[in-house]
Amino acid sequence: MIINIIIAILVLGSISVLFGALLGYAAVRFKVETDPIVDQLDSILPQTQCGQCGYPGCKPYAQAIANGESINKCAPGGEDTIKKIASLLGVEVEDLDENHEKDNRPKVAFIIEDDCIGCTKCIQACPVDAILGAAKQMHTIIIDECTGCDLCVAPCPVDCIEMRIIPETIQNWQWDLSKIPVKSLD
Amino acid sequence: MMKSIIERISQGKFWQFHGGIHPPEQKKLTSEKPIRNIALPKQLILPLQQHIGSQGELLVTVGDKILKGQPLTKSLNPMSVPVHAPTSGIISAIKKSVIAHPSGLSELCIFIDVDGNDSWIKREICNDFKTLDKETIINKIASAGIAGMGGAGFPTHIKLSAKPEINFLIINAAECEPYITADDLLIREQSEAIIDGIKILDHLLTPAFILIGIEDNKPEAIKALQEATRNIEKIKVCILPTKYPTGGEKQLIKVLTGKEIKSGSLPINSGIIVQNIATCFAITDAVIHDIPLIRRVVTVSGKSLGKPQNIWALLGTPISYLLKQCDHTHENNNKLVVVMGGPLMGFSISNAQVPIIKTSNCILAPSAIEMPSAFSGKSNEVECIRCGQCSDVCPSQLMPQELQWSAKAKDYDQLNKLNLFDCIDCGACAYVCPSQIPLVEYYRIAKAEIRQQQLFDVKSEKAKTRFEARKIRLEKDKTARIEKHKKAAEARKAAMNNSTPEANGAKSAVAAALARVKAKKAASNNQKKSISNKEQHESNDQNHESSLKSNDNRKAKISATIAKVKAKKAQEASISKEVELNDSVTSTLKITDDKKVRIAATIAKAKAKEKEIDNKEEKVTFKSSSKNNQQKEST
Amino acid sequence: MAFWIASSPHNHNLNETSALMRLVIYAALPGILVQWYFFGWGNIIHISLAIITALVCEFTVLALRQKKIQPQLLDGSAILTAILLGICLPALAPWWISVIGTIFAIVIVKQLYGGLGHNLFNPAMAGYVMLLISFPLQMTSWQPPLSLMPMNVDFFHAISTIFTGFTPDGYSVEQLRTSADGFTMATPLDTLKTDLFLGLTVSESMTSPVFGDHFAVGWEWVNFAFLAGGLFLIIKKCIAWQTPVSFLFSLFICSFIAYTINPDNSASTMFHWFSGACMLGAFFILTDPVSGAASAKGRLIIGALAGLLVYLIREFGGYPDGVAFAILLCNMTAPLIDQFTRPRTYGHKRGET
Repeated sequence: MIINIIIAILVLGSISVLFGALLGYAAVRFKVETDPIVDQLDSILPQTQCGQCGYPGCKPYAQAIANGESINKCAPGGEDTIKKIASLLGVEVEDLDENHEKDNRPKVAFIIEDDCIGCTKCIQACPVDAILGAAKQMHTIIIDECTGCDLCVAPCPVDCIEMRIIPETIQNWQWDLSKIPVKSLD
Repeated sequence: MMKSIIERISQGKFWQFHGGIHPPEQKKLTSEKPIRNIALPKQLILPLQQHIGSQGELLVTVGDKILKGQPLTKSLNPMSVPVHAPTSGIISAIKKSVIAHPSGLSELCIFIDVDGNDSWIKREICNDFKTLDKETIINKIASAGIAGMGGAGFPTHIKLSAKPEINFLIINAAECEPYITADDLLIREQSEAIIDGIKILDHLLTPAFILIGIEDNKPEAIKALQEATRNIEKIKVCILPTKYPTGGEKQLIKVLTGKEIKSGSLPINSGIIVQNIATCFAITDAVIHDIPLIRRVVTVSGKSLGKPQNIWALLGTPISYLLKQCDHTHENNNKLVVVMGGPLMGFSISNAQVPIIKTSNCILAPSAIEMPSAFSGKSNEVECIRCGQCSDVCPSQLMPQELQWSAKAKDYDQLNKLNLFDCIDCGACAYVCPSQIPLVEYYRIAKAEIRQQQLFDVKSEKAKTRFEARKIRLEKDKTARIEKHKKAAEARKAAMNNSTPEANGAKSAVAAALARVKAKKAASNNQKKSISNKEQHESNDQNHESSLKSNDNRKAKISATIAKVKAKKAQEASISKEVELNDSVTSTLKITDDKKVRIAATIAKAKAKEKEIDNKEEKVTFKSSSKNNQQKEST
Repeated sequence: MAFWIASSPHNHNLNETSALMRLVIYAALPGILVQWYFFGWGNIIHISLAIITALVCEFTVLALRQKKIQPQLLDGSAILTAILLGICLPALAPWWISVIGTIFAIVIVKQLYGGLGHNLFNPAMAGYVMLLISFPLQMTSWQPPLSLMPMNVDFFHAISTIFTGFTPDGYSVEQLRTSADGFTMATPLDTLKTDLFLGLTVSESMTSPVFGDHFAVGWEWVNFAFLAGGLFLIIKKCIAWQTPVSFLFSLFICSFIAYTINPDNSASTMFHWFSGACMLGAFFILTDPVSGAASAKGRLIIGALAGLLVYLIREFGGYPDGVAFAILLCNMTAPLIDQFTRPRTYGHKRGET
């Protein structure tokens, strides 16, 4: 009787050892190299480097998320980014943090040249070097590089920078038929 | 291989493309009447861009008197063609107006008040185009503003500047969409001119064979073409079975030659060029008669019109004028449906001022009985039951039901795998769908979103690179600065430790400066903001102090501006920004007259805030300068 | 009066899903009538019960899901499911069989998976299989054709048996099924299976009265009527021809091969075609677009697979008729088959995306 039990234990034990060894070998031999999680998170974030999340740039925020920071702090990324991060990390989707800009349409900065005093404070503030200018020279925004992060507006001592919504053109029209202004013929 | 293709074509045995539908043709409404010439409208609205590519540069301004055929824009790069004045008149305005595009957006247009004289500019007739060399002909076509008139609007001269060997020149006379008979009538009335145009193309491209693809529902046009080409061996008139969308470029090529154009590549890469037949007529006009593209045949059709007919319409004619000419009657329901284009690929018009452009081949004004689905208010869309009728009719052999599942789920990866961008927007799938799902709408939105996402990804990459580069540069600057300061401090210390008169002088100067600064600090409750970066740049300007303005007025204004700004900043409670306006800042300020008003208004506001702000009365010094043609930047 | 903006295409061929469903219901009517002729009122009562239950369930669930009720309720899909389930049930099964089956089919198999267009399995078949497994006794108490019944079962008898379990005369379902000789009569397929198991050859088994002159009294005509309805649907382009043709063809091939190898122990090809739920399954259930394959090639594969499975289950399986199980298994494989049978897009090489 006892011998049967011992045989059973031995057989099952050896089978499990065998399969465990096989699995372990496969895990090492066929390992797939994936991006570290920080890089994957960084590739989801919109790269505006605006700092609205409280971190000096998108990569630091990605690192913070990897260390447990909440995922709902990116305002320019919006709902879509939160959903993507949530699905990557396997956590729950949260609503966007309350204190952020409500209007999320893409904007670029614009310097009112009449008022510009050439102080270079905005140039120092821009995280992607999208402002062209020098001391005592006119400053201007390079629209193609501007990410709309808003960081240049506050440092300007004469308040000559405003954020303008990118206008809708034929090239970037998104086929929203409900927004076409219809002429009434009455 | 080519021989076998030609053999089949000569025998009339064509290939077939997958799918296709047979909607009611409704061509009899307009196909039995000739093309009508109408009186000149009072005003023409010419968009500057009526083709794929970019706008031309304006050559005229408001108030100019112009003659018929005069070029109004100049093309700056190869992808743009000029627009010409369709008749003589005066330019009354150049401003944004609603254009012929599904978005209803406004772009820059030239408004011409017609003077009724219809006076031409000087033209040079060329009787024998064979005497001209290819370069000249292509330039003539380009400067005549000819773009593809079949609906796409690709600049023709680019297509014709093709270098590789052309096997087939295909002339698209299929006109497969219901209601449209513009090409049909044009062929019937102007077959000689069209064949001349084809001969010009032959001269330019020297293709091996020329095929004219035309559907069999146009018997008179076929006869006219066969008559006109009876002595020309090279041109073959191919009569194709009527099916929508035979007129699509890829489908036409498959039917006539059996070849499939690889996804993402152009027909020219397979040695095939396709031209619309109306474009051939325009080419004849341009090369032989020196007439630029200023008018086209437009089918104005639909049962809500009293007199539906084809019309020779000048480019820039507002739609409302054409509808009136054809006795358009509003029906009793509240919806006015006018479609530019055919019923399957045309877009709704939102404004009666939309003008005819080079690619407008039809204006459709159906009645509610004729086309009930165009008037339906609410969407009748129900769930997709995967019946598969859509994939049965898709000419690109896609699976529309799978595309719509992925489009609704915004699964862009799957959409790319399912080849969404091979969809030609023909509308056959949505036409047959029993669940009345607006399939093409979903695909258009998805395509726009995917394109936007791609642009966004590229931009993000750029922004990231610039950010990283900036970080590195700042690091470098910082270490360099620290080095420099260390060196300078050491040098200064070494100098000061020798008791030379210069050293003593330097010491006292430094002491005096320190005392000044302390005094200032005591008088103000300035909070320092750490000036980050670019200190090396600033240290060069740091000791520029100039005298006060001669103009007291200006000084007041400047202080007021500063005060106004400070008031605003003090209001911003959420962000605490500390600004140090001390004598280390130099700037230039231009004062214009507009500011007087603004500043006066805000002076009152600023005065009210004086309590909160410590009016430092900083001697903010300014240097008035004219423009930025002063000192070079020293970085 | 204002301009009306719509998206192209502006024309439509005015086909509607509800019209499609209606046509399918009409095509099923001949089969129902023939079934009534041979087997009495039982199935019609079940169909009516099922329809009422289906509408009530659909209404409730749509209201709970806060969807638009009116267009979805009457689009015919729930009614069609109810009809198909009612046809499949034994004529004298208790009333709660059809009610439970319909509730399961509509609420769980259809709505819980997402409603019309989203269900993975065919609701009617899934409901039938659930009943078969949960209530095997009631679901295998098949009523013999009227001509073979020992006593008369008219409308009132049917109602009474379905709702109370006993006829007005006091006979139970079991007693109704017992022939004058004392044998409990079963369906032709069941009889054949049992006889083969007992060692009889096919020809000997086919002498049993339940087979009649051709293949199966009553059942053959029912199948024939469904075949006619199915051909009507194919002509009207309501259903795709690939699935039923490949199903019947594959069943034909399998039974033909078996018959050639071993005629004594295999039923004929026509027997397989005209017995059980073969034609109903081929034209009405397997062709359900929602749970079938999307591409033409996929449909051929599913049809062939279903034919093979039906044959295997009928020959070697435990249940006499394998149509329901075969269909469910094919529903399971449909998404996978879809992945691999996408048509080649214009401009792409075969096999390349």
